[in-house]
Formats: sequence, structure tokens, C-alpha cells
Amino acid sequence: MPDENPDLTLPKINAASIHLLERLCNASSVSGDEAEVRKIVLEQIQPAADSVKIDALGNILAERRSSNGSTHKPLRVMVAAHMDEVGFMITSDEGDGFYRFQTVGGVDARQIAGKPVQIGSEHIPGVIGAKPIHLTTASERKNAISIDSLRIDVGPSGKKIQPGSRAVFATKFTRLGPSVRGKALDDRIGVASLIHLIKHPPANVDLLAAFTVQEEVGLRGARVAAYACDPDAAIVMDCTPAYDLPVWDEAENTQYNARLGDGGALYIADSATLSDPRLLRHFIDTAEAHRLPYQFRQAGGGGTDAGAIHKARAGVPSLSISVPGRYLHTAAAIARVNDWQHTLQLVYAALNRLTPAVFQQDR
Amino acid sequence: MTELTDLLTQLISASGLSGYEGPIREIIQQTWQPLTTELKVSRIGSLHGLKTGTGPEPRPSILLSAHMDAIGLMVSAVNAGFLHLVAIGGIDHRVLPGQLVTVHGRKDLPGVIVQPPARLLPEEANSGPVDLEYLLVDTGLSPREVERQVRPGDLVSFAQEPLELGEDVISGHSLDNRASVAAVTECLRLLQERNHSWDVWVVASVQEEETLGGALTSAFEIRPSLAVAIDVTFGKSPGANDYKTFPMGKGPTLGLGPNIHPRLHRQFKELADQLEIPYAVEVMPHHSGTDAYALQIAAEGIPTMVVSIPLRYMHTPVEMIMLKDIQRAGRLLAEFITHLTLETMASFTWDD
Amino acid sequence: MKSLIQKLVEATGPSGYESQVRELIRTEIEAYADDIQTDKLGNLIVRKGTHQADGLKIMLSAHMDEIGLIVTHIDENGFLRFTNLGGVRGYNHIGGRVRFLNGTSGVIGMERMSDRSRMPALDNLYIDVGAASPKDCPVKVGDVAAFERPFMVLSNQQGRERLVSKAMDDRISVAILIEALRRLGKTPHELYFVFSVQEEVGVRGATTAAYGVDPDLGLAVDVTLTGDTPKALKMEVALGNGPAIKVRDSGMLADPRVVDWMVTTAEQAKIPYQMEILVGGSTDARAIQLSRAGVPAGCLSIPCRYVHSPSEMVDLQDVENAVKLLLELISKPVKLG
Repeated sequence: MPDENPDLTLPKINAASIHLLERLCNASSVSGDEAEVRKIVLEQIQPAADSVKIDALGNILAERRSSNGSTHKPLRVMVAAHMDEVGFMITSDEGDGFYRFQTVGGVDARQIAGKPVQIGSEHIPGVIGAKPIHLTTASERKNAISIDSLRIDVGPSGKKIQPGSRAVFATKFTRLGPSVRGKALDDRIGVASLIHLIKHPPANVDLLAAFTVQEEVGLRGARVAAYACDPDAAIVMDCTPAYDLPVWDEAENTQYNARLGDGGALYIADSATLSDPRLLRHFIDTAEAHRLPYQFRQAGGGGTDAGAIHKARAGVPSLSISVPGRYLHTAAAIARVNDWQHTLQLVYAALNRLTPAVFQQDR
Repeated sequence: MTELTDLLTQLISASGLSGYEGPIREIIQQTWQPLTTELKVSRIGSLHGLKTGTGPEPRPSILLSAHMDAIGLMVSAVNAGFLHLVAIGGIDHRVLPGQLVTVHGRKDLPGVIVQPPARLLPEEANSGPVDLEYLLVDTGLSPREVERQVRPGDLVSFAQEPLELGEDVISGHSLDNRASVAAVTECLRLLQERNHSWDVWVVASVQEEETLGGALTSAFEIRPSLAVAIDVTFGKSPGANDYKTFPMGKGPTLGLGPNIHPRLHRQFKELADQLEIPYAVEVMPHHSGTDAYALQIAAEGIPTMVVSIPLRYMHTPVEMIMLKDIQRAGRLLAEFITHLTLETMASFTWDD
Repeated sequence: MKSLIQKLVEATGPSGYESQVRELIRTEIEAYADDIQTDKLGNLIVRKGTHQADGLKIMLSAHMDEIGLIVTHIDENGFLRFTNLGGVRGYNHIGGRVRFLNGTSGVIGMERMSDRSRMPALDNLYIDVGAASPKDCPVKVGDVAAFERPFMVLSNQQGRERLVSKAMDDRISVAILIEALRRLGKTPHELYFVFSVQEEVGVRGATTAAYGVDPDLGLAVDVTLTGDTPKALKMEVALGNGPAIKVRDSGMLADPRVVDWMVTTAEQAKIPYQMEILVGGSTDARAIQLSRAGVPAGCLSIPCRYVHSPSEMVDLQDVENAVKLLLELISKPVKLG
């Protein structure tokens, strides 16, 4: 086992990290309109990165080269986190402050009504109302409220909004004991981790950081980013649903996907990618060596940027590792700070001892 | 408008669920203190304020009732760190998933109402929106901490902060019916500069959303000659556009129906016309859905009136109101009171 | 206390026709009462204690009536059609027995349903008293009946006793009030033990009794449901965990000052208790709370399984703890926050 370094100082989440995550979560960046988050990322990484480039879709591709000047040529490892979030797009102005809208990305229609939103880069306040219960019938309430019947309302004297503007839930990020709560934890938590890795890079590899766009609408940014980076391996840092709630009839929960508090969730397989088993083995060994908690995300369903990356050019060995989060893609998601820290630590440590020998084994 | 904005924001930031109106009562008490001669609390918690009139004793009195209680939720069980809920007042469960709330346990805890994923619910629960009995509250804390801080019976109120949307428009929870409390306060303020021969009783009633108990028992105690319920009505909004709904910014509505004394309705209407205060007539064929339903049948019965302020998205955490409609309602009430004479009751006949 | 309970539950007294129960209670308590009145609706109002400086006028209420049936028609073959007095669910009574006020017994039968997956409505049921025609029927249109099932005691391995009968709702509370009255020593309060009528049809007796008594504070004693049976509605109350202090039900929000007083008293006296939130159902406390200018009111609840079936089940220790808690509450000065 080459270059074993159990005394490696692992990254820590501190107040500054939380504050950065807060800024990222409160920013508005719906798929296709990632400007606000892009601005924060650039401001954070430009002083530290060796090179920064923005491509044709808006992906940020940054490089931080290996610093350990060792004998072997360092591996070029792409680490990806997506900047975009699910949200809404204004489709038409109905007058009197009412606007029709559509969802962008997978938003559960049953979780939209009765919430405040912020529109555009100015964060203009509005609400998505709902018919008063008094004007509904019992049979009507058995059916979900259709998105078509909902409107964004900025009030009779609100600012004029242009169709095409994006809107997001107006939830403000907050710390709750061991947890953080906010909208867009998926995947601002990954973005925050990647920023950290650029500032405090693993010495052993050439880090090709990709802050991708349009993950939520088809992994589109990652696809072109992987083609451009042409890496030796890829790690995707995303957020995965934790369904670790009680079952309605107190039966054992066997379909939790991932659990809060059990550390970073390693993907064996989702619906888009079968993880490279060598990379997976490497991460497990690293976690064991550093005694870091980790879990396996239950196989099946879902997908990450790895779905596009692993098929780029002639193929890229890829692995996803996610921070578990409850209620992703709703107005308020919840994740544990410890899980975030353990995920970041595992990626850092694993990259720091990643060598070409890992890929010389059979898959 | 900033004074009214400040007052309204303060009123909708205080908790006061039906049956537990203590915190909001304190705020209203402080607000009404300088505007009334006497303030006291009824046996089940309603606030009664008296502004004495100038007429000779025995003076007739008018009662203005604005309910101070708001809808919310209550913890019914604590399970593995999650909270089960029951409703206080009428809540459409379809607006609950994803709502930010405050759990009033041993201390106030931020929480969010969450919808368990389909795989963790019985099959029938997934054909449409998820019923309240399956929704949970997640506070983000460890199960052990939740057991320490929260018990069945603890209250859960909406945490949505008040939003100012452009000039003159406020959105938030509990505008039903704190907007009317603000209107009654406006009325009291205007009366400071005016003479009125009748006694004015302002009542911030309790439990309107559950039993109308506050209005019934307060009217029994006070025995006014006339009573007016001030409440909110449905503002025109998407999907709510028929005769039961009213435009925002076009003034309060005047109720008409069996729950309202026809002469009172006529007097309010004529006064509004005279003063050029915009209004709409709101037909109420059955239950007025307000304190007036109880006020009318207290003891020997009382001639009642309903004045309502249009509100969008009633009973959601993003209710929306226009401040100028609140001001108009307050002004109409104050003018009506100054027009009351010692002969007014004699004119309350039927069928003429 | 078991024999008292058995006597009470076996009496027949559907809503509006409580005289048998009333007379039974009267014989049990006349030696202990300062004053006994029957009001215009039939409520039995028993006064005990004189109002001291540090006391209150307190009204306690337990309802004498039980759910029942009233005959609407006797068909040509002597079968009786009926409607309900109070909350009667058809599926609880098929094949069950009834007893009329005049002593006649009968069996409830069910029509064959064309849609077997539907629950029968009361219209699909009838009573068979063994008559063959209206002429030889011992019962007339308008006669009332209560459900019939013998009292039973179940003991488990730990020595806990469960009492089962029809009309535990609310004769168990009647028994609790009687027992408390018997054991009551000194009190600073003027107490009104009200055995109310017609609770099951809309808390009617309590409405008039509360107006008449005009108390400073009201406490109903009634049964509540539990969440401790298979696939039950989610509810924290369980048999054997002590009497329940009601926070709310579907008709009433208990006065929080009364709830706090009850919780503090139970904790100081080290009596087990549970908090109750009931979805569906209300009690006499609702009527007391809204009486006149309002009354701070609450309810002491007895956990009960299978409410409104002929086999309602309570835990004897919960009942005894309820008596203890009630005595603590009414023997000492009341501190309402």
C-alpha cells in the first residue's frame, strides 16, 4: 500500500464553512441560470486555483495541480459538484401581479402550494398561494392541487416580472443543532466541499474541479465538462435522499436509501452508473484506515453527474459519494453537519492516496 | 402606512392558537391600553376593552368583536424524533408539506412539516395528497433531544415571516384575523379625537376557529345593544373568482343575510356611500362564518353586523392583505360609532 | 368498587330515559350529600361542601345516559325497525342483544346485503323480540332500548384487572364520582357532583346544568379512546398508563390553566397520568366551558377500548388512580395560573 499516511490532517467543517454554505443555499440558481452561484464560486476559488475557465454551458472548470513532486506522474482526477437546483420558471404574465409558472427539474407538485418564493437575481418576493379551504369540497381535497391551477403572486402593487425569470423557494438557511436546513442542499453542499478541496487540495493528484450546470435537467453540464477534462478518474460529490423516517405501521424500514448520521454514502449502483469497483474498494479501504464512518447508498433509482462522466470519450472510472439529505427537492431539506464533514474527509483522504496502481487491477 | 405596517407585523408575529391566545393577548393589551378606559380578561381568555361614551347613564353599548386566535397544529405523538400532528382550526393538508413551523415545546424549536416518501406509506395514502395523519415534523435534532424538549399537547405554529410585497401589501400567516384586530385598533385611534355618546366595547375574542366560544361568552357578559363582527373574507385570486370573492384594494365588504340585522346592514351601507368609502355587499345565505354567528344568539339575542376585509389564500401561511382596506374598515367603524345617538335603538324595528 | 360499577353498567338508561340510573345513584349517595336536586331535564345535582375563602364553586360532571335505540316501526312479521340515540355504529351490534326499558329483550339481525363489501347501515338492521306480528309484540313504536352484554372481569398474569361491559361510557365515571363523594374529607370548595343526562345526543344535560349551577370551574369525567390496539388510530393514550388529562378533543380545547393544575396535582401526588388528544368525540366539558360568560373547564378521562361497542374495556387501576386524582383536585385549594 504505497504512500500510506495515517497522520494526514483531515479537513474540518467550521463556522466559515457553514457561512459559505449559507450563502450558497440562499442564492438562486435554477438549472440553466446558474449565475448567482457561479459568482460566489469564482470569488472563492480564483485566489487558490492554478487555472479557472468557464465553458460554453457555464460550467466552471478549475485546476489545482499536485504538489507532492513525487516520482510518478500524478493521476488527473475530475471532482464534480453541480451548481444548479430545481425550481420554477415564469411562463406568462397574467396581470394584477399573477404569473403562471412551470417547474424546472423534479419538484413534487404536492409540496408547492402555500409557500413564499424569491424571483430573479433581485430575489423579488412573491407567494404561491392556495385556494382557501372554505371554498374547497371534501372530494376536491382528495386530489393534489395541480401546478396548472397555481400562480406566483407578487401582490397587486408588486414589481413587474419578465416571463423567463426563474424563481425558487424563499427558505432561509439555518443551523439546527447537529443539522443544517435550507433549500438546495442538493447540491450546494457538494459545491461547498469542492471549494474546500481547491483551497486545501489533496497533494497527491492533479485536481480537475468541475462545478457543473444543468445536472437536474439531464446531466448536461457534466457531459461536456468530462469531454473537455478527459480525466483518468472521476469522483462526483452530490446529495442523496435519506428516507430514514418511521414506516407508517411501525414495520422495519427496509427502503431508506441512505441514513442521516451514518457518514458519506458510497454508490454501488444507481440507475445511471455502475460504480468502478476498484475506486469503490479504494474508498472503503481509506475509510477503514482512517476510521471514518461511511455507508452504502441502496442500489437502484436516481442518478448523478457520474452517469454522463463515466461514458465520456473512451470511458472514465467513476464513483459517486453523497451527503445524505432528507426532503431534497422541497422547500426545506435537512442534513447533518457530521455527515458533510465525514464525506469531505473521506474524499480528501482517498484522493491523497490514489495512485495509478489502483487501476492496474482488474475491474 | 408604516405605523399600521409595524402594528400588523407585530400582531402576526405573536403566537395565539385557538385555546392558547395568551401571547397575542399580551400584545393587544399593550396596544389597547392607551386607547381605552378599562381593560379586562374574560373567564376563558378574551380581552375586553371599554371606551366610555359621553351620553347619560344608562348608556347603550356597541360591541366590536375581532377574533385574536389563529389556526395551527398540535403535537399528538413523538416517535423516533419525529412529531405527529393534529390540526387546530381548519387547515387544508395539501399546503402543509414543506412548511416551516415553530414547535412550542419546553423551548421554541424550528421545524419543518414533511411528507414521508411513498414507500413508507400505505398504498391508499399515495393516490393523492398525503393526509395530515401521515405528515410529520422534523426539527433536525437527535431523537433523544426531541424526547427531552417536546410532549404531546405542545403547540406548533407557522413560522412564515411577514413579507412586504410592494407598497401597501403584507403577506404572512394569521392575517386571519389579526388584520381585523388592526382594523379595530385603527377605529379606537380615530375615536380618540371624536365624541361618541355610546359606550364602545372592543373584544379580542378567543376560539373563533374552533367553537366561537369567545364571542358567545363575551356577548353574554357584556350584553351590548348592537354587535359587529370584524373578520376577513375571500380575496379574488387564481381559482377563487366567483360571487363569494372580492377584489383587493376596493374596500371592506358589508354582510347581508339571516345572521345580519337588515337595518344595521342598511345603516352601514348608507354611511359608506355618504363618506365615499368603497365597499362591496357580501351575501351570506347561511352561517356568516364569523363571531357574528354566536353574537346574534347570546342571551336574549343581539342585532349583529359583519364587516369583512378581503384576504387572499385564507388559512395558508401566505395570506395576503392590502393595508388600505384595513384602514377603510377601521374608519367606517369609527364613523358608524360617532353617528350613534340615544335614539338609534328605537329605530331598530322590523318590516317597515 | 367493582360491585358498584357492575350495578351501574347493568342498569338500562339510554339518552333521555335515565330514570333507572338516576334512582340507583340516589340510593348510593344520599347518605353523603348536603343537598340533592333533579333539574328540569333530569340531571341529578348533588351539592357537597361549603364555599370557603380559599375555595371555588366547582362543577363535576359524569353522564348517566348511554347510547341506545328507539323503535320507529313494527313490521307485519313482528320485526322492529329502529334509529339511534347517540353514536351507534351498525357493525358493532349485529347479532348483539338489546334490553328495553320495560324489560323486554331482543336480538339485532341484519338483512342480506347485495354489496357484501359495504358496511351495513342502521336501515339494514332490525330487532327480533320473538314476536310474530305487531299485535303480540311486547314493545311499541317509540320505545327505547340499550345494548345488553354481561359485565366481565379479565385478569392478566401481572394481576391487573380489566373490566368489560356495555355502558362503561360513562357509568365508570359515574362510579368514580360516587366513590370520590363517599371518600371526600374536608374541602374548601362548594362542589356540585352533576350526574348529567343526554350527553350522547349533544351534551344537552350539561348545558342546562352548567347554566343552573353557574360554577367558577368545571371538570367533566368521561371515557376516552386508546391507541394501543392493532392498527389503531395513532393516539398516545394506553390502557394501564393512568387516567388521562385531556388537552383537546374535537369539540373543545381544554383551558390550559386547568390542564396545568391537573398535571401539577398529579405529579405532586405521584399519581400516574397521561396526556390526551382526541380526534373525534367530545364531552360535557364543552358545554360547561361555553356556559354563560364562560367557565375554565377541563376533563379527566378514563382510557377505554372499544368505545360505543357492547364490550367497552377499562383498567381497574386506571379507575382507582382516577378517584385518587379527583380527590386530590377537589380537596385542596385550586391554583389556576
